[in-house]
Amino acid sequence: MIDKIKANPSYQKLITERGAFAWKLTITILVVYYAFILFIAFSPETLGASISGGLTTWGIPIGMAIIVFAFALTGIYVKRANSEFDDLLQQVKDDIAKEMK
Amino acid sequence: MVKILSALMLSAVAVFAAGADLGAGTKQDLNVPAIIMFFMFVFATLGITYWASKKTKSASDFYTAGGGITGTQNGMAIAGDYMSAASFLGITGMVYLKGYDGLIFSIGFLVGWPVILFMISEQLRNLGKYTFADVTAYRLRQKPVRILAALGSIAVVILYLIAQMVGSGKLIEILFGLDYEFAVVLVGALMVMYVAFGGMLATTWVQIIKAVLLLAGTTFMSIMVMAQFGFSFEELFKTATEIHSQGVAIMSPGGLVSDPVSAISLGIALMFGTAGLPHILMRFFTVADAKEARKSVFVATGLIGYFYILTFIMGFGAIVLVLGAEGNIYWDDATNTLRGMNNMAAIWLAHAVGGDYFLGFISAVAFATILAVVSGLTLAGASAISHDLYANAFAKEGEKVDELQEMRVSKYATLAIGVVAIIFGIAFEKQNIAFVVALAFTIAASANFPVLFMSIFWKGLTTRGAVLGGYIGLASALILVILGPVVWTSILGNAEAIVPYKFPAVFSVPIAFIAIWFFSITDSSDDAARCQEEFEAQNIRCQTGIGADGAVNH
Repeated sequence: MIDKIKANPSYQKLITERGAFAWKLTITILVVYYAFILFIAFSPETLGASISGGLTTWGIPIGMAIIVFAFALTGIYVKRANSEFDDLLQQVKDDIAKEMK
Repeated sequence: MVKILSALMLSAVAVFAAGADLGAGTKQDLNVPAIIMFFMFVFATLGITYWASKKTKSASDFYTAGGGITGTQNGMAIAGDYMSAASFLGITGMVYLKGYDGLIFSIGFLVGWPVILFMISEQLRNLGKYTFADVTAYRLRQKPVRILAALGSIAVVILYLIAQMVGSGKLIEILFGLDYEFAVVLVGALMVMYVAFGGMLATTWVQIIKAVLLLAGTTFMSIMVMAQFGFSFEELFKTATEIHSQGVAIMSPGGLVSDPVSAISLGIALMFGTAGLPHILMRFFTVADAKEARKSVFVATGLIGYFYILTFIMGFGAIVLVLGAEGNIYWDDATNTLRGMNNMAAIWLAHAVGGDYFLGFISAVAFATILAVVSGLTLAGASAISHDLYANAFAKEGEKVDELQEMRVSKYATLAIGVVAIIFGIAFEKQNIAFVVALAFTIAASANFPVLFMSIFWKGLTTRGAVLGGYIGLASALILVILGPVVWTSILGNAEAIVPYKFPAVFSVPIAFIAIWFFSITDSSDDAARCQEEFEAQNIRCQTGIGADGAVNH
């Protein structure tokens, strides 16, 4: 059974694509977040700069945008995983069920 | 159970009545609307507990509500579990006090969630049953790995509980005019009842109701604040910087996260700590499959992110409407802070925008918030004791523990955790407890998360690597926090901290990963070969969910 699943082309496609997608998104959020942290650590005045001469600083829309972006990333992953990847998974299950007969 | 309920209610009513005489001093006068709304919440949740107790028959019901929670419900419950009073009062208070710096913490608390979704959530659902140790012990030797996971879980749960108990005691003392000790005992008794009788089902619904109440209350407050400024942030900031003693400095990152190492370390602790909290990880076993597990993180991230944006608005709102209130009615000259300290900013803001009744509502919500969080923690701690230690690590070789016996143990464990939480809650009343949350997150990030992550993704992991690495992570988290500023200088009174960082995660997390790696690759035992051989089967189940425990039908 294990060997059958491992050899299944849909299974191989599933784990390669889902793995790559999940890592890509993880690295994206890490880069965005630690870039923000590094700005706070090394150049707080960049985030403290006024946007258009008023009191609102760049840090505020950027901070809010990171929160919204984190949520958007979860949406992107869930959408693809719950449709495309789950279809592939169903394909694997169907193939295995056929082979077992 | 009904008897116990009515006895508790009667004694509670008696003490509330007695509290009326104690009104003065640091305590608030007895707050009648708050108490009425609080009792409505308690009655409703005890009713749910009674309903849930009828449906909680098997171990699976108790630990995971039979796996029958939907993704959306679970997402709301996760939000209810995660948005603690520390977030609601603490972050709003921090924005009120320091402005922009509060937002830095909000972002740190949120960004762990996408990582949980991409790396942990569906893997947990596919591999585990009741606790995250089911995953770490999947192909490793049960006993040592379960003991490690249980110690990591219990340490995090107890530390987190201490923070919540002390916070709730002080909050209730101020809001409801009750004695500190009584408040702690009341919180402890209620959480034990929810968990022991209603298990995961009752805990889930307490968390969902709390999430709805908290989000409704904070939305209303934020709208009321923004309405005063014609929904213009610029106007809000203008008035706030005129009132706040630090002026325009509150609009940019300040001294809270000053040096680069601290900033990065805080980021690591918050991000990976979230992914190592046992009460959060446990929630992924309550849904039927990987699809629902994913959906729950999506819903939770949206709600939590929205909530953190509101705390920012409320914090600035508090500067204008609480600090700047006419006649300084929220100010305490004796301590030179807000009445009941700066963490009360959100509570007084409720009064400023909605009067006595809305203050009562928000007070009751704050209490509900604490109850929901401590219930989740208690359930996670009890599961570690009954499922990981009693039913697996210490079960006799080859013998299967009776499920009903395991459930009975979990109820005793719930009671024991409740008692410990009450004792520590009272003992720590006058202590500086800032370190416990730092320590809880650092342990979760340094001991729980690395072992869990490596067990899912790394074929080369062996029992020896996981156990030694996990304990080294745990020990380095403990030692570095003790030698750091929060314990070494603030509590032990030494002049200078040996380790100058409040969150030492930037050191302890890599130490744990390196130790896991090193003690695995140098492990040439038969057991190591077996662990590595069984990775293929584990990975297939992890990827596909074939063979995983699904929902139990009733």
